[in-house]
Amino acid sequence: MAYTKRFDGRKSFSDLRPIEAKAGVVPRAHGSALFRIGNTIAYATVYGPRELHPKFMQNPKTGVLRCSYNMMPFSGAGERVKPGPNRRAKEISLVTEKALLPVLDLSDYPNTVVDVFIDLPQTDAGSRCAGICAASIALADAGLPMKDLVAAIAVGKVDDKLVVDLDYQEEAYEDGPVADIPVAMLPSTGEYTLLQMDGDIHKDELYKALELAKDACNKIYEIQKTALKEKYKGQEGGDEGGDVE
Amino acid sequence: MSELKVSDKAIVVPGELLAQGMDFLPSFGTYRIKEDIRAARLGLLKVDGKVLKIIPLSGRYIPKRGDTIIGQVSDIMIAGWRLSTNSPYEAVLGMKDATSEFIERGSDLSKYYALGDYIVTKIINVTSQKLVDITMRGPGLRKLLGGRVIEVNTNKVPRIIGKLGSMVSMIKDATGVKIVVGQNGLIWLEGEAHMENIAVEAIRKIEKEGHLSGLTDKIKDFLTNKLKEVTK
Repeated sequence: MAYTKRFDGRKSFSDLRPIEAKAGVVPRAHGSALFRIGNTIAYATVYGPRELHPKFMQNPKTGVLRCSYNMMPFSGAGERVKPGPNRRAKEISLVTEKALLPVLDLSDYPNTVVDVFIDLPQTDAGSRCAGICAASIALADAGLPMKDLVAAIAVGKVDDKLVVDLDYQEEAYEDGPVADIPVAMLPSTGEYTLLQMDGDIHKDELYKALELAKDACNKIYEIQKTALKEKYKGQEGGDEGGDVE
Repeated sequence: MSELKVSDKAIVVPGELLAQGMDFLPSFGTYRIKEDIRAARLGLLKVDGKVLKIIPLSGRYIPKRGDTIIGQVSDIMIAGWRLSTNSPYEAVLGMKDATSEFIERGSDLSKYYALGDYIVTKIINVTSQKLVDITMRGPGLRKLLGGRVIEVNTNKVPRIIGKLGSMVSMIKDATGVKIVVGQNGLIWLEGEAHMENIAVEAIRKIEKEGHLSGLTDKIKDFLTNKLKEVTK
């Protein structure tokens, strides 16, 4: 079976799955967001800045970002996912942290921590990217100083086609080579904050795939922006309120 | 040619392009890359002549010198008290700032402020490392006895207080409830139970609709209607 069209019926190889984003979904968190892309759903909750314990982990120069990526037991398509931290979750937590840190400026909050919890109730490939997209909305919702949002998407190659936003079926394609490249970038400058790869791809194709990722990230950024503006809609245009005393 | 890309008082999100050209100046919450000015946080854009700044709509309270806050005693130390302040940083109340009374060496400090007590206090100093010093010397600074404490969004506190305290005085006068608003988003209320409830409802209403114009009249109507119901 040759790979000639998208398995899930998308028209083009550069089409994204349907995306839904919402800010402020968890009222008790300082910031939160939902990001759904196709059948992958990510919830991100932000708590902080808050006191960091144990004390030796504190940094007197700046606040610390701490991310946690967690696939829920019933989230996968196959076997039950064993709950708790594992090698994969630790790696993804770490790369998420490194993908988000370049936009954040926590220097006003020394000795504190900002906790980001990413929970995935349902996954169908692209979960680390969905997690990063959700986390960046949640961090903005939490009112933290950040110079940009982070948009993330997986691109890659299935058989001989360059593809954007692979789903699990495409990622698991067995009759030809597959490359899966999760990318995170800052839409305003085009800088990359995450670039990983599983599989093999030619150098020229990699550059082409990254170009595709850029377009996709700009689309995602618009969706993230709309989600945030939607939450705070109706608060614009107000006068400045009174004095505090 | 300099050009404003977003209108005044619009909601802006991090990274959003606000203006192009060197005629505009970035201020709080904005930054410049080359010719562009972009938003560095989520909030309300305020254009003040050439200056662009962002008024935050969310985020935690960060202690600031001169703020009057409500804190809760979380620990008693050898010569003072540690207070949690609804922020990432705890505040320290030193013995000599705590009371005008003479405190004898080695006396039990919980006589003055015990664990769990709520206190209205004023921040006298915040260091670069966010060590917070507070004082009880000043008008209205005291221990809060009885009543209840509620938490609100800190960014809405100026609305709840109103111009020169007009909003909070209105609620106080209408309900007869004593209210202390801390800038850290904690509000203490004490009065008749059903009046306290009305005051809390009014505050929640301000928190939710604080951005609308004619808020004072709206809250006034809300209070008169509620009070009519009660007296019926």
